[in-house]
Amino acid sequence: MALIFPKQLDSIVRLAIPLIGLGVLAGIGGAFYITQPDVLEPGYQPEQPVPYSHKLHAGNLGMDCLYCHNTVDKSSFAAVPSTQTCMNCHGQVKKESESLRPIRESYQSGNPVEWVKIHKLPDYVYFNHKAHVTVGVSCVSCHGRIDQMVEVKQVANLSMSWCLECHRNPAPNVRPVELVTKLDWKPEGRDAADIGRELVAQKHINPPTNCSGCHR
Amino acid sequence: MAQDLLEEKDKLYLERMNQPLVHGDPSYHEVTRVVSEIVEVRTPKAWYIAIGITGSITLLLKMMIVYLVANGIGVWGNNAPVGWGWDITNFVFWIGIGHAGTLISAILFLFRQRWRTSINRFAEAMTLFAVACAGIYPAFHVGRPWRAYWLFPIPIADHGMWQNFRSPLEWDVFAVSTYATVSALFWFVGLIPDLAILRDRATTKIRKTVYGVLSLGWRSSSEHWKNYEKAYMILAGISTPLVLSVHTIVSFDFAVSIIPGWHTTIFPPYFVAGAIFSGFAMVVTLMVIARWVFKVENFVTMKHLENMNMVMLATGTVVGYAYATEFFIAWYSGNPYEQFAFINRATGPYWWAYWTMVSCNVLSPQVFWFKSMRRSIPVMFVISIIVNIGMWYERFVIIATSLHRDFLPSSWGYFRPTIVDILTFFGTFGLFLTLFLLFLRFLPMIAVQEVKGTIATDKH
Amino acid sequence: MIVQIDPVKQTGKKYWRSLEELSNTSQFRQWVDKEFPSGAGEMLDGNSRRRFLNIMAASMGLAGLTACRRPVEHILPFAKSVEEQIPGVPLHYASVFSLGSKAQGLVVESNDGRPTKIEGNKKHARSLGAASGFAQASVLNVYDPDRSQVVLEAGKKSNWAKFAEFWKSQNLGDGEGVRVLTTANISPTLAGLEEQFLAKYPKARFVEYEAINEDELLAGSELAFKQRVRPVYDMEKARVVVSLDSDFLLHDAAGLDTIRGFARGRKNEHEISRLYAVESNYSTTGAQADHRLRLKPSEVLGFAADLAREMGALPQGLKILGQDGKFGKWVKAVAKDLNEHKGTSVVLAGSRQPAAVHAVAALLNSALGNVGTTVEYVKNDRPAMGESIGKLSAEMGSGAVKTLLVLGGNPAYTAPADSGFASNLSKVGSVIYLGAEADETAKTAKWHLPQSHFLESWGDALVDGIASVQQPLIEPMFETMSAIELLAMMLDKQGKTVELVKAQWKLDDKAWRSALHDGVIESVKPESVKVAADAKAVDAAVVAVKKPMSGFEVGFYPSATTYDGRFGNNGWLQETPEPMTKLVWDNAAIISPKTAEGLKVVQGENISITVAGKTVNVPVMILPGHAENCVSVALGYGRKVVGRVGKDVGVDVYPIRTAAGMGFSTQATVAKGTGTHNLVTTQEHFYQEARPIVREATLAKYHHEKNFATAEDEHIDEYSIYGYHKYDQGNQWGLVFDLNACVGCNACVTACQAENNIPIVGKDQVEKGREMHWIRLDRYFSAEGEHSDDPQVVYQPMGCQHCETAPCESVCPVAATTHSPEGLNDMAYNRCVGTRYCANNCPFKVRRFNYLNWHKDMEESMKMVSNPNVSVRMRGVMEKCTYCVQRIQEKKIQAKVEGRRELRDGEILTACQQTCPAEAITFGNINDPNSAVSKLKKKDLNYGLLKELNLKPRTSYLAKLRNPNPELA
Repeated sequence: MALIFPKQLDSIVRLAIPLIGLGVLAGIGGAFYITQPDVLEPGYQPEQPVPYSHKLHAGNLGMDCLYCHNTVDKSSFAAVPSTQTCMNCHGQVKKESESLRPIRESYQSGNPVEWVKIHKLPDYVYFNHKAHVTVGVSCVSCHGRIDQMVEVKQVANLSMSWCLECHRNPAPNVRPVELVTKLDWKPEGRDAADIGRELVAQKHINPPTNCSGCHR
Repeated sequence: MAQDLLEEKDKLYLERMNQPLVHGDPSYHEVTRVVSEIVEVRTPKAWYIAIGITGSITLLLKMMIVYLVANGIGVWGNNAPVGWGWDITNFVFWIGIGHAGTLISAILFLFRQRWRTSINRFAEAMTLFAVACAGIYPAFHVGRPWRAYWLFPIPIADHGMWQNFRSPLEWDVFAVSTYATVSALFWFVGLIPDLAILRDRATTKIRKTVYGVLSLGWRSSSEHWKNYEKAYMILAGISTPLVLSVHTIVSFDFAVSIIPGWHTTIFPPYFVAGAIFSGFAMVVTLMVIARWVFKVENFVTMKHLENMNMVMLATGTVVGYAYATEFFIAWYSGNPYEQFAFINRATGPYWWAYWTMVSCNVLSPQVFWFKSMRRSIPVMFVISIIVNIGMWYERFVIIATSLHRDFLPSSWGYFRPTIVDILTFFGTFGLFLTLFLLFLRFLPMIAVQEVKGTIATDKH
Repeated sequence: MIVQIDPVKQTGKKYWRSLEELSNTSQFRQWVDKEFPSGAGEMLDGNSRRRFLNIMAASMGLAGLTACRRPVEHILPFAKSVEEQIPGVPLHYASVFSLGSKAQGLVVESNDGRPTKIEGNKKHARSLGAASGFAQASVLNVYDPDRSQVVLEAGKKSNWAKFAEFWKSQNLGDGEGVRVLTTANISPTLAGLEEQFLAKYPKARFVEYEAINEDELLAGSELAFKQRVRPVYDMEKARVVVSLDSDFLLHDAAGLDTIRGFARGRKNEHEISRLYAVESNYSTTGAQADHRLRLKPSEVLGFAADLAREMGALPQGLKILGQDGKFGKWVKAVAKDLNEHKGTSVVLAGSRQPAAVHAVAALLNSALGNVGTTVEYVKNDRPAMGESIGKLSAEMGSGAVKTLLVLGGNPAYTAPADSGFASNLSKVGSVIYLGAEADETAKTAKWHLPQSHFLESWGDALVDGIASVQQPLIEPMFETMSAIELLAMMLDKQGKTVELVKAQWKLDDKAWRSALHDGVIESVKPESVKVAADAKAVDAAVVAVKKPMSGFEVGFYPSATTYDGRFGNNGWLQETPEPMTKLVWDNAAIISPKTAEGLKVVQGENISITVAGKTVNVPVMILPGHAENCVSVALGYGRKVVGRVGKDVGVDVYPIRTAAGMGFSTQATVAKGTGTHNLVTTQEHFYQEARPIVREATLAKYHHEKNFATAEDEHIDEYSIYGYHKYDQGNQWGLVFDLNACVGCNACVTACQAENNIPIVGKDQVEKGREMHWIRLDRYFSAEGEHSDDPQVVYQPMGCQHCETAPCESVCPVAATTHSPEGLNDMAYNRCVGTRYCANNCPFKVRRFNYLNWHKDMEESMKMVSNPNVSVRMRGVMEKCTYCVQRIQEKKIQAKVEGRRELRDGEILTACQQTCPAEAITFGNINDPNSAVSKLKKKDLNYGLLKELNLKPRTSYLAKLRNPNPELA
């Protein structure tokens, strides 16, 4: 029976083998890339039951984050405000607005508004807003320029290595406590990191980098 | 008269060299024919039956693993204090068996032990399959197998942390995977020339294609042979330290811990000896059957078997010596926990396991002191099986009896295997044999080209 | 704020979840049934068929059958925000836990409206900040899915409205034939309602019954003092303590203050008190004794009398147990010791001993001038319960009772066997039973009304002049009512229950608010009564008692886990090891090795115990140190009508408990029974094998060899190839267990279980050695006379020792367990892959592995008890004591927020420490030389385990001291 593979094939094979190898590597690399938190996480922007615009409220109207998220410095949760809070203003303002109907209904019925959760951490991660906000870590460090978002979307990848980045070197994200909700803060003539460094030194801020710091 | 110039020892050497390693002095062609035909004849019914059986046992293995993954390690007998039971026992058992192959092919090759030629292919195949079986356990003995990949140092961006390179288990990951890769490579390189033969003898297109691809365009040109020899030599060189390293590192899993009965420096040599011991035993078991079934008595001669028996006798005795040393050190250390651990082994709740181990591993091989015994097929067959049993018990004794009674009597316990433990272990044999049957069916079980090399060349 | 997972969109969130759901569809089952012969599911080691289905489920999983969509989670904020309620910040409320005729002040933690953790109330004199295991575990009953949830009429679903109709419809007239059976009524508010009830129905009568009561104690006080008073001890002052079959460190403790006082008396290594225990069953009190005398229950009286005569407290007369021999020697020695400690000694009698013994104890205490120093007597007007339920049952039998209203307590199960209460229930016109469970009593009742948990209803408790308010933390989970609410309804009172309670105490708003805040009502003060002992009366009573029988005796004691059976459906308690035998999920007949020989039985074989014609078959548990020729059995097991947890657990011994022999019976016949039973313990080996694990010495030895605890530790030169990390910065956490204080009461075990979301695994898994408790109480026979019939017993609390050079850390391949800069041995569950290597390499075997998914079949309601600050561990990961790291972090963050750098010593309490009645556990910063824990670690009694392994454990122990009487040596 005749030879199936002519001699010339050798050179082709010699060429093919490394190519195949590269292909495999590329495949692995690709698979690896698309599973990166940076690729998976940021940009999550679900539709909310009420088209609440942070840009309008926090940005244009300049409302302080703490007005609604009032537990952020008291609790580990940065509570989403109760319907009541909305009605404080919208009892008078835009009473008839169609898009606010769910709010009014909730207020009458007492049933909660079903906001969609955007920033999600696994159950085994015990992030504590109180601990961060009260030492001068600004909202912007994790949530980005909320005050410029009409619809809120996730900006940071919220991965463990992302957390550790800051826990290993907090200075760049530390600012005077009273400025934490000032998302557009830029110190005049000074590098924010320097101020951060000073604060870290002076307040003895040393974030945990061991397991039980966040996992319990 | 030139003969006279030769010194005595040279004479002896020549004699040894001229002792035929294959009997019935076959021609090159015969060698080729006999070996190749095994793969070429129409698949015998017996083979189908055999693989049918082993195949379904393998299926059982899969079932057990799936059941395990679905429910958790709790379906095994593992408990506190005995966190490792049959899982690691079987892992070490299979890894041990996987040793003979590379030893025979690599080390004996470097030592120019020509008698290895007719059995090395066979033994190497066995190695690979044993390692495959062994691999199952570390992968599935973990509580969350779907996270087992965390054991490999892939940079998982989400974690921003490394593995713990101080952990012997981490060393294992490397040792075992390296070993598996190299022995596979070694085996395959050795196969190439024979695959070429099969390709050339092939009568069907499929066979021609498959063997063609596998033989990577081998044309037995002197160029090819030169590279081949070089590659084979290099791989042999690489494999040799691995033979020793793998089981050394496996033994570290225990030696590095602080548990009395584990924490001892003798483990590396003791484990390696044990591994070779069990490995050879398994080769003998299978070889005895294979040479009889496939009528290759001429290539796998009594001399081969006898040599292997001698190795068993030697390593068996080494193992026995190790057992004794352990006790001596325990006594000599003056450490009450250590001493208790060993007294407990011999007289505690697991005394039966201990004494089974001793009688199987130390006493039984002693019969090989007698030539007649060494050369008796039934005897060596039985002994080899006994040794395999004994070596399984050795691992069980080391793991279970050390764990079940350690420092605080309040936490003492006992290990009982569950049916799942048993069926899983049973299943691995299914996998092992299935792979073996496939090997026998589709690949030359004897290294044709090498055997040819050992046939006295004068009459051609 | 509740974070809720949208059930629809959740496929693929968890790899297995979707598959398991899939694997349970009916077509799928049919298919599997076709594929596999029936029973195939059972082939696998007792695992359920349902599990077996998962094989197939998972193999599909392997076939890659999972969606991987990002699950949508919702945030549901309150519509109207709730006062004081900050999401994620727990609130604490004071309340009170009543058990029988005893009460214990509590502070209960509420997380987002769910009561999750119970602690003691510092301001409550019977709690002093500690909480018993029962109190700790009672929170689980709130969420028990097997609770009674609806009104049942003759077993049929009904509702309150229907019952109200029925109640009105029946014409009770002047209350003729109306009887109300309550549990020990220590609630003034309820008592107030009773009066009004009686005012409305003059001929009605109230009866109180508790299976575990203080009848004999009160009768004894009547004998001695001519008034019903109960002793309150100040154990701390007592230098010599004589226990006449009194388990005052567990069941007979009036409150946790008894334990605390005693423990304090044992802690001062320069001068520890001396305890003589005379008892039949080996109790936790006996374990603390410096001298322990094994006597049959009936012989205790003899000893007491002899002692009294020896001391001249009783007029001279024939010594019952005789002058000579062991007893004689004992009597003389104890008498002498007591006489040398007038005013600083105390004699206690066990509640299961007859009145005469209590009378003698009272007599001795007043003779010794202990009254006013170590013991005070306070009024107690609980009626004689055993007697009154007998009467009631007789009335019922005669058909005189038209309407019987039972307010809790499950009397059909607990009533004395010879009262025939259960059978007489059928002779009652209509039985109305208010109960928490559909139990034995509910089964026979015409109306079964579901009862509220004490954390769901308003109430109060007044015991020994300590008044406390029972404050609810949660609206009733189901349509339930409390006894108070029910009576109020029957007396058609309008308005809230809280108003009733408030009215009862006549407090102005300010006082009321502080009462709610403190949990105790300050205005009410305990007042001790003057007592004068009447030796003649006591003597008469003693003589009246028949001479001890020579035959077998059977003693009844409350179960350490189910009490009188009311906790039968509480998984936490069922899996808590019985302190002495370490038995779980069972009760047993405890006998001595010799007695076992005599009966030719071995562990687990049944013996038949016959009393008054009734026979029970009980498995034998052999315990050295138990008195000969008598058996001790725990009540509260073998419930027939009970929830899923308590089903077929143990043996019911109430059938052999007669009114005459509530404490013990001298009329028992015992023989080898039929069959065997599988008894499971968490500890199989009770001997220390001469290893220096629990280190102890006599006070005398200690005084001339102060460093005995560490004397034999071999010196090791500290060399490490990795080099040592210096733990000298900031907080360095450490813990000390004081073996002199620990009484083995198990409160810490339950507290840990509640705090750390520790699952229960069930009997068969415990048998496999897979119990999950993070802290355990190792129980050893102490070195001397380890193997004798009369061994001493020691307890050793054992949790993760947080070794600085932890063997578990170096072997974990994925670094899931590592050391924190503060010296904690961290365990990251989410990183753990579950190789179990760490557990193997842990010399203390304190690591616990989730062999199966323990939470799999957990009811939704049960999940509500979880502590939100601790991860619920999934199957396949390792876990262990973390020193309550969640509490540490919480306080650290708090301090940071308050701008403090230093934490105050004692600011952080571990769950076990906080609840320990004996103050045996001290946790703190060992880097601060002034912290309590470092002071203890400086003591010469302080030692670490297995020093030769160079582990540098952060947990250390204070060696045990005993103070034997030289004359009895």
